[in-house]
Order: sequence, then C-alpha cells, then structure tokens
Amino acid sequence: MRPARRRRAAPSPAARAASYAVLGCWTCVVLFPLYWLAVTSLKTPIDVFGGPFYLPFVDFHPTLSAWRYIFVDLRNDTLRPYANTVVVATTSSVIALVLGSAAAYGLARFPYRPRLGAILLLGGCVALAVVALSLSVPLPAAVLGAAAVFAAVWALTRGRFRRSVTNDDIAFWMISQRILPPVAVVIPVYVLFQRLHLLDTRTALVATYVASNLPIVVWLMRDYFRSLPVELEECAAVDGASRYRIFWSIVLPPSVPGLVATFLFVLVFAWNEYLFALFLTSARAQTLPLTVAAQNATRGPQWWYMSVLILIMIVPVIAMAIALERYMARGLLVGAVKG
Amino acid sequence: MALRSDERRGPPLRGADPAVRAARAPEGLGARLERWSPWAFLLPAALLVLLFSLFPLVLSLYFSLVRLTFAPGGFRLTFVGLANYATLLAGTGRQEFLGVLASPSPPGWAALGLAAAGLAWWLARAAGGAVSGPGLLGRAAVAAAAGAGLWLVVSTLAPHGRPGSLVVTLIYVAAGVGVEYALGLGLALLCAQRLPGRRFFRVVFLLPMMITPVGIAYLFRMLTDTGKGPFTPLWKLVGLSSFSWVNDPWGARAAVLIGDVWQWTPFMFIVLLAALESQPVEPVEAAVADGASGWQVFRHITFPAILPVSSTLVLIRMIEAFKIVDLPNVLTSGGPGTATESLTLHAYVIWRALDLGGSAAIAYILLLVVTVAAVSYVRLVHRRAVEAA
Repeated sequence: MRPARRRRAAPSPAARAASYAVLGCWTCVVLFPLYWLAVTSLKTPIDVFGGPFYLPFVDFHPTLSAWRYIFVDLRNDTLRPYANTVVVATTSSVIALVLGSAAAYGLARFPYRPRLGAILLLGGCVALAVVALSLSVPLPAAVLGAAAVFAAVWALTRGRFRRSVTNDDIAFWMISQRILPPVAVVIPVYVLFQRLHLLDTRTALVATYVASNLPIVVWLMRDYFRSLPVELEECAAVDGASRYRIFWSIVLPPSVPGLVATFLFVLVFAWNEYLFALFLTSARAQTLPLTVAAQNATRGPQWWYMSVLILIMIVPVIAMAIALERYMARGLLVGAVKG
Repeated sequence: MALRSDERRGPPLRGADPAVRAARAPEGLGARLERWSPWAFLLPAALLVLLFSLFPLVLSLYFSLVRLTFAPGGFRLTFVGLANYATLLAGTGRQEFLGVLASPSPPGWAALGLAAAGLAWWLARAAGGAVSGPGLLGRAAVAAAAGAGLWLVVSTLAPHGRPGSLVVTLIYVAAGVGVEYALGLGLALLCAQRLPGRRFFRVVFLLPMMITPVGIAYLFRMLTDTGKGPFTPLWKLVGLSSFSWVNDPWGARAAVLIGDVWQWTPFMFIVLLAALESQPVEPVEAAVADGASGWQVFRHITFPAILPVSSTLVLIRMIEAFKIVDLPNVLTSGGPGTATESLTLHAYVIWRALDLGGSAAIAYILLLVVTVAAVSYVRLVHRRAVEAA
C-alpha cells in the first residue's frame, strides 16, 4: 500500500507519565461498568440490595444462580431471542452488504442520469398506492394499479423530461435517509407488515434492518471503491469480462478490509436495535434487547438476571470488535474523509 | 459429470452457436444483461430504500393529519387537518413539547442579545459580500430558525420555565456531541503518540460502542443508584446519600448524557485516531525544529488536517443523537415528570396512549428539525471545513 511513514518522536518521560495517567483513567471509566456487570451477575438479590459489595470471595460469596436461572429455568425464553438476534442481525447485515456494495460499486463507476421527472413520477405513484391502501384497497390491487399508472404516464411523456440527477445526488439522497427518525417510519412500517401478515416474524425485522442499514453500506463502500485503481478493471473489460465478473473477481477481493469494517458496523446496529423490534415483534421473533428491557418486570429491575443477559448479549460483538479492530478504523475513516 | 458429457455429445441445435446467434439477433441475452448492468447494480438497493422511506413518509404525513377514534367494531381515522400540530405548539400538548416559557433571566437576555447581534452581523456580512438571492434567503431562514430555537431554549431554562421534549432533545444533541468530540479528540491525541501498549487502549476504548443502548441504560441505572450502587461510599462522603439522580431533573438529564457520552465517545475516538495516524509527520517535525510549541503545532498543523474528518463526525453524530430514545426510556422512563423525555420518546409515549396523530406530528416535527439542522450544518460549516483542507 503506502510507503512506510516515519515514526513520530517519542514523548518526554513526564509527558508519557501524564498520558498514561489520563489513558488509565479512561480505561477505568470504560472497564469499571463492565466489571460491575460481571460482579452483579454473580450476586444473589440479597447481595445486591444489602449494599455495594465489590470483590467476589472477599466481601460476598459469588453464586451462579442467576446464570442457572437464565440458562436452565428460562432456557427457551433466553435461547429463542438469542437465536432470533443472531439470525436477524447476520442475515440482514449480509443482505445489506451484498445489495449495498453492488449499488456502491455502480455509483462509484457508472454515470447515472435518471430523469428527475421519472423519480418524481415514481414517488407520486407510491403515494397513490399508499392512499389506496389507506382506503382499504387490497395490497396487490394497489401495487398493480400504481405500477400501471407509472407505466402509462411514463410511456406517454417519454423524452419530455429534461432535468436529470447525478451520482452525487443519488448518494446524498441515500445517506440522507439516515436523517429519517425511526419513529417517523415505524408506524407505517408496522401497518405495512400487518397487511402482509408478517408481524412478529424474523422476515419483517430482516427487511427493515436491510433497508435502514443500506445507506451506511452504500456510503462507506462507495468511497472505498473509488479509492481503488480503475486500470485493472479496464484491462479485464478489454479482455471481454462482463461487468458482474469484474465486480466479483477483481473489485471485491481487494475490498475485503472495507467490507469487513462495514459488516461489523451494520451488524452492531442490527444486533442492538431496539425501536423497530419493539414495534414489530411480540413473542416469537423477539430479539435480545427486548428481553433485556423486559427484565424490568413487575417486581422492579432484577439486576442479577439483567447482568447475565447483557453479558451474553455483548460478548459476541465485543469478541468480534477485538478481532477486527484494525479493519474498523480504516473502513470508517475512508467514508468519513471523503464525506 | 455424466449429464454434462451427454449434453456435449448431443446434436448441436441450430443457431445455438453464440457467434451465429449474435450475428442474427441484434442483441443477445448476455449483451442485454451487460448493457443494463449499471442499473442491475444500483436498482435493488435504491428501490428498497425508496420503498422504506417514501411509503412510510407519505403514510406518516397522512397519520399526522388524522385522529384515531374507536368506533363500535374497530377504529376510525378522522381527518383533522393541522389540529395535531396546533395541539403540540399551542394546545394541551404544549407543556410537554415546548415546555413552560418564562421571561428570561438577565444572563439569558444577555445571551439572546449577543446571539441576535451575532446573527445580524453574519447576515449583514453575507448581504454585503458575494452571497445573493437564494443563498441570502436560506441564510435568513437559518438565522430565524436559530434565533427562535435559542429564544425557546433560553426562556424554558429561565427560573420559572421548564424545558419540553424539543429543548431536552436539543440539549442532548448539543451537550452530548460536544463532550463526545472533546473527549474523543483528547484521547485520540494521547493515543496517537508513540506509547507502548497503544493497541490495548485502542481496543478497550472501542468496547462501549458495541453494547446495546438498552443494556447501557440499565448499567447506568445500577451505577447511579446512590443507595446500592458502587459509588455509595463516595456519595456518603460528600453528603449526597439521600440525593437521587433520577429524581432530580438535571441529575436525570446528566445521567442520560453520561450514558450517551460513555457509549459514543469511542466512535469519535477511533475515527479521529485513524485520521491522526494517517497524517504525515514531516510538517510537525519541521515546526518543532523551528521552535513551535505543542499548542501551536496542534492549532496550525494537526487541527486543520483533521478538520474535514471532524466535521463529518460531528454531522453523523448530530444526526444520530437527535434520535436518542433507548437511554432515557430505560434509564429514567422519561422522568422525573417529563424532564428527560426526548422527542422520539415523547412520540412513543403518546403513541402508546393511542394518540396516533399526535405521535406522527411529533415525528414530522423531529424530521423537520433534524433536516434543518443537518442541511444548515452541511451548507454553512461542513463545506467550508472540507474546502479549507
């Protein structure tokens, strides 16, 4: 890649000591809450309410009863949300990565000039379908009707629209979708899945998470692809390779670091997502954040169970973050610098 | 394998030879696929995002104009025009949404006066300079929005006022993003030095970002408990053992902010660190050789170099911070009263009370606020920061 840079000069001993002091403080700030979580998961209710005890074996007797309760007594109520979270988060992240990096590649390499009129027309037709739906027209009829209107108007006015939008406009529109507060979207999405009889299914969650994570993937990967040299692709095109083949065997392999970082990023979003899961699932497709939140039951928050749940929830992502930390910074940086 | 060789041995179909077919038909399937490949790359993602943004937006707008009532055998949506917005801005929802307005205190008046003077000067300079037409109009709109927002903040924070969910959200965004950026930058500067064990700090500092906000909220509920939490001896020492963070409005807001800062400082840290490490060292070395102090190096070399990244980071965090909901919901349930309620939480609370229209109206106002904030930030700060680099 780049030629090796010269190393920075080492700081003076005094500066070094001060730096370590500050960094050590922040390490405590980060790690103490996690330590407290681990300690609390080993406590009985009496230990928790008896006052703060800090060291297992020293000022209280650790027990695995909370762990046993979560994994043995509540086995299915823990493992089902866990399986849901794993399946929904990984599936949605993989799909978002595939669709998003394809779109990002398109935006990085081909000039798109869609007519503004066509886009507005499409928007109008979607609005029409929504109005029809809210007047309780059945879904297939509404979709087909809107599609027919779109096709008819498009055919009639073909070639009259002059103004078109550019790649940058499309990319900005994509990322501007992150501005949409989920709360403005969630009730209509609820109604949509209700109509499709998909409420409380993993499919609904996967579809929602793919849509909400796609803009991030497109934004990060577009800049990544733009930073790759284009000559190799041109050579392959001269040799007769198709665009799909070029993308698969020439563009994707060197992009693995960016893909890994982006994947980790969207995976964490999907893994921890709360609001959509709260609205769209109730029992069967419930994910872990809801299980954690539900521990604040009628008897008040049960810290010992909650600590176990939070711990088993964060261990996989933390393990991944530690393993992939190098990729993470670079992948994020590329997107942020160009943005 | 057997199947394949059978196929090979079979008699060749007429026109199956690709060359022959290409010569006969103007465009084969392969060529057509190739010609449409740009759209095949873009459209699946674009259509999905379009569907999930446009459809809900249209439906939400519709919901914000109706009222949900229960009729025998189901429910009915009655069109009420802008009544839901009027309720929030001037009617019964006003206390919770805008807050209680009071006449500002003397420092508040001073801040308002200063801000008004600043905005006027900024507009006058723009009018006298190269900016004209739509640009000037946009600036006037931004100035008006900023002035109105500031007036709202000052008058609800006055002695007898009480901030509503709009102002609370603005406080979360401004204070949270500011503190996170400052902390993240400081830690990144320290970690960018040549210190043994840097990798340990990098990995540890990254961790909070990975944790679900719901979990963080419970975690900080445990930690801020003054009776049984780990810091109880400390509270006893300073005589605050009967003080409850979550029962004091500002204490509760501080608890939410601390949780938010704990979670999102890593995001600032990790990207700023990567930006710092990708800077060349030669200009710094030259400046040091010329006798520049550490502050001068930072002010004139390091900071300008990371300004574009900083600006993007602040933009991203600002947009995300407006959506804060999990932390106040779990940590304080929006309380005491509605003191820690963010706009999203407010919308959720009144949705749960079956006020569909009011909830959609809040969501729309939030969308408007975020859009105005993001667009003015991009136009006025971000572009300049990127161009300056």
